[in-house]
Amino acid sequence: MADGAVRTRLATEGVPSSAPSAAPTAPHVTVRGLTKRFGNASIYERFDLDIPRGKLISVFGPNGCGKSTLINIIAGLIPADAGEILFDGKPLRAIRFGYVFQNYREALFPWLRSIDNIEYPLKLMKQPKAERRARVEKLVAHLGVKIDLKRYPYEMSGGQQQLISIMRALVVEPEILFLDEPFSALDYEMTLFMREQLQRIFMETGTTTMLVSHDLEEAVYLADRILLLSRGPAQIADDVPFHAARPRADATLSEPDFITTKAHCLDVFQREVRRG
Amino acid sequence: MRKALDPFLPVLGVIGLIALWYLAFWSRIVDPVLLPSPGDTFRAMYKGMAGGRLSFDFVKTVERTVISTLIAAGSAIPLGIFLGASQRLYRSVEFVIDFFRSTPASAMFPLFLVLFGVGNETKIAVAAFGAALVILFNVAYGVMNARKTRILAARVMGASRVQVLTGVVLLESMPQTFVGLRNGVSLALVIVVVAEMFIGSTDGLGHRVFEAQQLFNMPDMYAAIFAAGALGYGLNLLFLVAERYFVHWSGK
Repeated sequence: MADGAVRTRLATEGVPSSAPSAAPTAPHVTVRGLTKRFGNASIYERFDLDIPRGKLISVFGPNGCGKSTLINIIAGLIPADAGEILFDGKPLRAIRFGYVFQNYREALFPWLRSIDNIEYPLKLMKQPKAERRARVEKLVAHLGVKIDLKRYPYEMSGGQQQLISIMRALVVEPEILFLDEPFSALDYEMTLFMREQLQRIFMETGTTTMLVSHDLEEAVYLADRILLLSRGPAQIADDVPFHAARPRADATLSEPDFITTKAHCLDVFQREVRRG
Repeated sequence: MRKALDPFLPVLGVIGLIALWYLAFWSRIVDPVLLPSPGDTFRAMYKGMAGGRLSFDFVKTVERTVISTLIAAGSAIPLGIFLGASQRLYRSVEFVIDFFRSTPASAMFPLFLVLFGVGNETKIAVAAFGAALVILFNVAYGVMNARKTRILAARVMGASRVQVLTGVVLLESMPQTFVGLRNGVSLALVIVVVAEMFIGSTDGLGHRVFEAQQLFNMPDMYAAIFAAGALGYGLNLLFLVAERYFVHWSGK
């Protein structure tokens, strides 16, 4: 089982693989023997996972299967009971990473202007003021963000606040970016806009990204791979590649490749829900 | 037209009250010895405040209230942060704090008289004691209720325990701290004025009200009452303005 989880599965029934995957490179993140229990409930039991470099991985699964728990453990927010997680063979504390919370209102610091929020992690790294400003300006130019960063977060719309959160995570030039249901507190219009922003960011930076989503359309649309989890103890129910070319747009949603991939993911999801 | 009048709405109540007062005065419903005319009262107030005895007592009460609030804040804020930083520590002293917070501070006068004598110190000490408990409990709750996500966000970005405390938890507790300060200063004023009435006092607004009543000088008594009211209102307003300036994110 562990072996099956490690391998990237291609050409699952009904899902055409549009391009043969590139020559296998060393995985960026390796999770081995991860075990986590909450009380009597076993969430992960000797769980293995490889995350490839420079890809966007969506994590999707039934409620309570431990989607968020997985990235929270990998990002060090929750301690694991057992197991080893390495980033290029290094532990978490040796790498730079970014984490974006679902609840942007509570994740940003309302006493700091947006620009100071973005600079906060650089300040923790003891970077001098001038360098911090330069880094933020570079990021702003890079992403083409047109928001007045002198304003306080509470003076901004939800989408703008989450964009500030994402910029705060990106400003350290992370080796890996974690996003825990980043758009689920936004309205639909803003969610669509933010998906495009995230796609642009991913295309611009090529940062290895792990996205937890409760929206299957979003999970498939953004992903290079969709990691489907089963209920506890969680196993990898399926690991589905999605190779549509970027930038993807609304038209992508009606392409056969997208539709079959999404349908397949839904099948697996329903199967897991029923099993649970 | 209706909208244009809106800013003057708060004035209506004041005008109404003064009108009623005049009505009561002219119709002799109330004995004029007990209820002087608004004119006489405001004249007494103006005379008293413009270099008269009332202004001296006013300043005395302000001094005592400010000093006791400063002592209360200076001791209760650090202690509140310390207690609030550990939920279990706070739970272990919570009953003691709540008990003395619920004890009328006036019941403590005799004890403080024994401890500090009949001078200024007693008034300040009792007021500081009462205000400190109110501030303490608010600060501790502010610290304990610091948003977990915000603390986690700082930690995930690599903040140390000290950096989380100074850069996140303290700022998170500020809105609640200001609630404590506002309630604390109001309570301190109440205690100071009561103390000035009874414990061998020779000055202060409480003494002024009491003395005017003893001398049956009603315009002076009302004037002192209004001065005390203005002081309480002013202190509250001052803290609201300070809060809006220092804790601009409060409630947002």
